[in-house]
Amino acid sequence: MPTDSRFNRLPVSEKGLVSICIEGQTITALEGESVAAAVLQAGVRPSRTTPVTDSGRAPFCMMGVCFDCLMEIDGKPNTQACMTEVRDGMVVNIQRGARQVLGDDL
Amino acid sequence: MNSNQFDLAIIGAGPAGMSAASTAAKQGLKVLLLDEQPRPGGQIYRNIGSPALKDRQILGPDYYYGEKLLTAFSGAGVTYLHGATVWEVTTDNILYVSVKGESRRFEFNKLLIATGAQERPSPFPGWTLPGVMTCGAAQILLKTSGLTPPGPIVIAGSGPLLLLISCQLIRAGIKIDAILDTTPGKNYRSALPEFLGALKGWRFVLKGMRMLSEIRKAGIQQLSGVTGLSADQDESGNLSAVTYYDNKGHQQTLSCSSLLVHQGVIPNSQLTRSLGLAHVWDEVQKCWKPELNKWGQSSHPDILVAGDSAGIGGALAAELQGKLAVFEIVRQRDAGSATSGNNEIEQEKAIQELQQQLVIRPFLDRLYSPAEEFMSPPDETIVCRCEEVTAGEIRSLANDGCRGPNQTKAFCRAGMGPCQGRQCGTTVSSLLASELKASPAQVGYYNIRAPIKPLTLGELATIGNADSNC
Repeated sequence: MPTDSRFNRLPVSEKGLVSICIEGQTITALEGESVAAAVLQAGVRPSRTTPVTDSGRAPFCMMGVCFDCLMEIDGKPNTQACMTEVRDGMVVNIQRGARQVLGDDL
Repeated sequence: MNSNQFDLAIIGAGPAGMSAASTAAKQGLKVLLLDEQPRPGGQIYRNIGSPALKDRQILGPDYYYGEKLLTAFSGAGVTYLHGATVWEVTTDNILYVSVKGESRRFEFNKLLIATGAQERPSPFPGWTLPGVMTCGAAQILLKTSGLTPPGPIVIAGSGPLLLLISCQLIRAGIKIDAILDTTPGKNYRSALPEFLGALKGWRFVLKGMRMLSEIRKAGIQQLSGVTGLSADQDESGNLSAVTYYDNKGHQQTLSCSSLLVHQGVIPNSQLTRSLGLAHVWDEVQKCWKPELNKWGQSSHPDILVAGDSAGIGGALAAELQGKLAVFEIVRQRDAGSATSGNNEIEQEKAIQELQQQLVIRPFLDRLYSPAEEFMSPPDETIVCRCEEVTAGEIRSLANDGCRGPNQTKAFCRAGMGPCQGRQCGTTVSSLLASELKASPAQVGYYNIRAPIKPLTLGELATIGNADSNC
């Protein structure tokens, strides 16, 4: 039975590193990579649940087409993780179902 | 001309967009290039300015070829905005784009749409499970992050990219547990008459044969004629296995943690559709594409399309099409003046090179035409990933009298989620066509309207104060 869902890092060129917090877990990501990549490396699966049936999803297309990588990034819900670059100190959480309408950032 | 007005606006910084931008700048045009990604390259040359992998063998020379395009584009003096999501283009030559949460408005004389391709939505039961991702997505992760999927890995589907990602993972030393080839046996027969023509593009044929031999040498279990693909889940709702029928009709199950799927690529037609440009259904490539003349001129006099968004031709064809579109724009500008005709020799050369690039397509398009089960999947399959609408629901709406995708959309919301039909459009059209015994051309496609990407009201509201900055 497969258990480990973490993506593995091959040897990479010299790049800066940033520290981000995903679902309470602090991980090191490469400067310039997407939040979705960092989430896959951290093995967070699923990364969102759907508004319709609450089923789990994870990044699928990695190019901004499918919207299955929606996450809550720095408090902003429904953000495409594959289109957002990591930033030091970023806080990323699973998008659970539909976003709440808050009134301050419609 | 103020800072928000451009001779030429280009959308998309892939091979077509980059080559068009540098060609146009050389011709003295004031160029704006908008791209949604953080760095230029498109998907094929994604991250080419700062490739993640140390070992250049893994992605191979075809990827690093993009460095040449990037260098030419970087020194061309083009206004380039990255992280720029175009959400509306109007037919009176105005475009709206969101950059870092703020909206901006630009005016253009000519527009070149070079928005590339997306992977063909290839629905099968379980394709929404975490752990299933496209082959293109796996390749993007290699290019941007040097990441590889966790094993056991199964790769399933059909098409050149499926072979390429397999070879790239092999070169990276990653174990692939199985390759399930869903290419229907009948495709080999329909592609055969095109093989002689394909030999004129012998470099491509050779490349394909090298990839096949690389996969064989790696000793990977490779199964052809696979049907009835479905992904199974564990108790936490994640991918646990893939089930399929082998070419003898026996049902098999393979345990896996990653399932990479692919059924070819189709033009990204969201923007061309939202503009109401004429589109045609390509029965061989099984996709919609805008109706264009040989320079890429659309049904709108000021809008041209180049690269895969004009119809699938690959990266090298895209580069040439970008150039040709600019030559046409310059020809129109200079028509009647003494300077006209300066580019004729270069133009003729580009046309010949383009023909050479496209010579393999009739063979590839027939060989890798998707199996019927992905165009018209089993009833229980989710076709609209956003609104979780199944193939069975679409079929039953057809039986209730729905005659097109805009009617089914109104009844069941398929196509109304955040992806705006990108992941279900071709499937819904194909399903309805097959139920109604019509062609997708008769059934039609969703009406695509602005904003073509989800936009917050906050982003929309900034439009008033964005006119002065560029």
